[in-house]
Amino acid sequence: MGRELQQQVSLTVEQLVAVNPYNPDILNDLEDFVKEQVSSVTYNLEANLCLLRLYQFEPEKMKTEFVAYILLKALMAMPAPDFSLCLFLIPERVQMEAQFKTLTVLSHYLETARFGQFWEEATKSRHILETVPGFEQAIQNYIVHVLSLTYQKVSRPVLSEAINLNGPSLDKFLEHQVSNNGWIVDKSQSTGELIILPSSQFNHPELKRNSDETVPLEHLTRIFPILS
Amino acid sequence: MASATAAAAAYDYEDVAVAGAAQDLGYDPNFVPDSVKSFVVHMYRHIREKNVYEIHQMYETSFQTLSDRLFKDSPWPSVDAVAQYVENDHVFCLLYKEMWYRHLYARLSPTLKQRIDSWDNYCNLFQVVLHGVVNMQLPNQWLWDMVDEFVYQFQSFCQYRAKMKNKTEQEIALLRQFDQAWNVFGVLNFLQALVEKSTIVQILEQEKEGLEQFTATDGYDYSGGSNVLKVLGYFSMVGLLRVHCLLGDYQTGLKCLQPIDISQQGVYTSVIGSHIATIYHYGFASLMLRRYVDGIREFNKILSYIYKTKQYHQRSPQYEQILKKNEQMYALLAICLSLCPQVKLVEEIVNSQLREKYGDKMIKMQKYDDEAFALYDELFSYACPKFITPSVPSYDEPLVNYNQDAYRLQLKLFLYEVKQQQLLSGVRTFLKLYSTISLEKLANYMEVDVPTLRTILMTYKHKTHAVDADGKITSNADIDFYIVDDMVHVVESKPSKRYGDYFLRQIVKLEGMINELDRVKLE
Repeated sequence: MGRELQQQVSLTVEQLVAVNPYNPDILNDLEDFVKEQVSSVTYNLEANLCLLRLYQFEPEKMKTEFVAYILLKALMAMPAPDFSLCLFLIPERVQMEAQFKTLTVLSHYLETARFGQFWEEATKSRHILETVPGFEQAIQNYIVHVLSLTYQKVSRPVLSEAINLNGPSLDKFLEHQVSNNGWIVDKSQSTGELIILPSSQFNHPELKRNSDETVPLEHLTRIFPILS
Repeated sequence: MASATAAAAAYDYEDVAVAGAAQDLGYDPNFVPDSVKSFVVHMYRHIREKNVYEIHQMYETSFQTLSDRLFKDSPWPSVDAVAQYVENDHVFCLLYKEMWYRHLYARLSPTLKQRIDSWDNYCNLFQVVLHGVVNMQLPNQWLWDMVDEFVYQFQSFCQYRAKMKNKTEQEIALLRQFDQAWNVFGVLNFLQALVEKSTIVQILEQEKEGLEQFTATDGYDYSGGSNVLKVLGYFSMVGLLRVHCLLGDYQTGLKCLQPIDISQQGVYTSVIGSHIATIYHYGFASLMLRRYVDGIREFNKILSYIYKTKQYHQRSPQYEQILKKNEQMYALLAICLSLCPQVKLVEEIVNSQLREKYGDKMIKMQKYDDEAFALYDELFSYACPKFITPSVPSYDEPLVNYNQDAYRLQLKLFLYEVKQQQLLSGVRTFLKLYSTISLEKLANYMEVDVPTLRTILMTYKHKTHAVDADGKITSNADIDFYIVDDMVHVVESKPSKRYGDYFLRQIVKLEGMINELDRVKLE
């Protein structure tokens, strides 16, 4: 009976991390949770950092397969700086292993927007990347994010190279973006197809409210005695 | 109690390396000078009477004066020797030893045995606090110092342990035997337990709704209760931030600090050391998370605060530490501003100090040549926390020093980030000159091809857009742009002079002058 009850109230991994983030006994749960994140295409940075921390405290317990999964998931979380956050916790000698070097190179290409080189390198490392469902799509989302920060209008070849799609698969991608995310394909240009990306304060910086002029109240209070 | 005698036993221990020389010179742990007797007797009485003001005076002034006069290079008398003057009060003895070790760490170098005994003492002290049997009211300064020193001694222990090369067999045997001393899990769990047991997070929440008072009384309890657990719990959040920064876990560090609203005054600002530690680590973590604007904003605030209030701390025992952190934060500000040139976020006085200290270097850092990287390296190394490797070394393998490993890794990753941004200041310089420019022309000026230029421009966008804790994206760029097909359009966010700030300052100045003149007339 007591046992059954315990089963029922057993905590989720998120709760375990919240209750005691410095508990060496949750290591296995966290490892399982990494696998679960991979298979269910979910993500929890906090739990993953917690696992890396436990590895950092007791390096003899480190299993590099989980470190690799965590780093791949961190790449998928770009533009957030999660990949660096994870590297900060991984000992340098581990980072020197071939598979991690590859991931670092991939991260470097993504960070410096060298998407062509990224896809080239990714093809070479297919065996690593294919272990994580949704990887390609997540990276495409990141690249689209960077393109949307930068361009109001982008030509089809530039887009094609960046997201590594062409021909019919690019058409299908565009179709999806047009109907779901407000993209517009402008075919009237003589120079070729132009894609108009949805406007935001980032690719239309003038949309940003200029709030610099306001004076905070706490500064104004300094002259209250004088004004009275 | 075993550890009560441990302190005294420490001197007998054979491994008195450096500290030994000074300690042996006529130091008798059992000799209690009259002034010390009077000190403990009064301190004990004030604690019993909950006279925070007097405790604070004795703690801040008398303890320092006596240390300077009698214990410049030897420890205070042992706790066993003074216990008789304070009715052998258990908690007082723990507090006395806490100060005793802190003094030892500050003026001499502790032996391994002393490090371990100090750990024991913190365990006993925190245990007593956590079990809620303490009904004292202690000054915030002291409570902050406890947390601060606890983390410092942990850091110091990790550094010490990592220097394996010249450890004696005896030391290694001791390290093996007392493997729980300053264990990283133990350290974190104590801080975490203090946060939880004090329910400080809930208290701060309730305070927002006006259901509880904490900040208004600076954490003190004026209705007969004790402030010790609550305030220790509060400062432990800052302690956790610091430990996580030492470990390179910036995200978790900032999360630990979250319950404290650093945009407001709070108990953390009631003690200068805590104020500085909070902002220094917050700013450093922000820098590593690429949230440069957050870092710049908070560094600016505290540096201006230190500039204005420095003189009041001149005689404080923390003065040197304040100045050192002040210099380090200028270095970090110089780094932040070099990576994210948002000078308008910085007040006049801070900016002029910054130019004086780092003006030349900052100009060179914009160049992104080898000299520039060397400067980033230099400033980072000077201003970063003392990173630690928390794990226990393997005692069987050939003994190697690993005390620099953690620092080297953080430095390497930081410089890696700098390198990724190396072309950005160049492109920024060109963008400043144009309102529109074609990719081809700009590529020409920058001596790259158009595809490469596209990557540089996209990198600029990516690196100048920070992702905050909630995943929200904000632009940190002063020069912004967008591309329409092959044409770059530049938008400069107006370097809005802070007229408001300027006028306010001048109004206050003028008023002061008029008052002065009025007085002259009267005489």
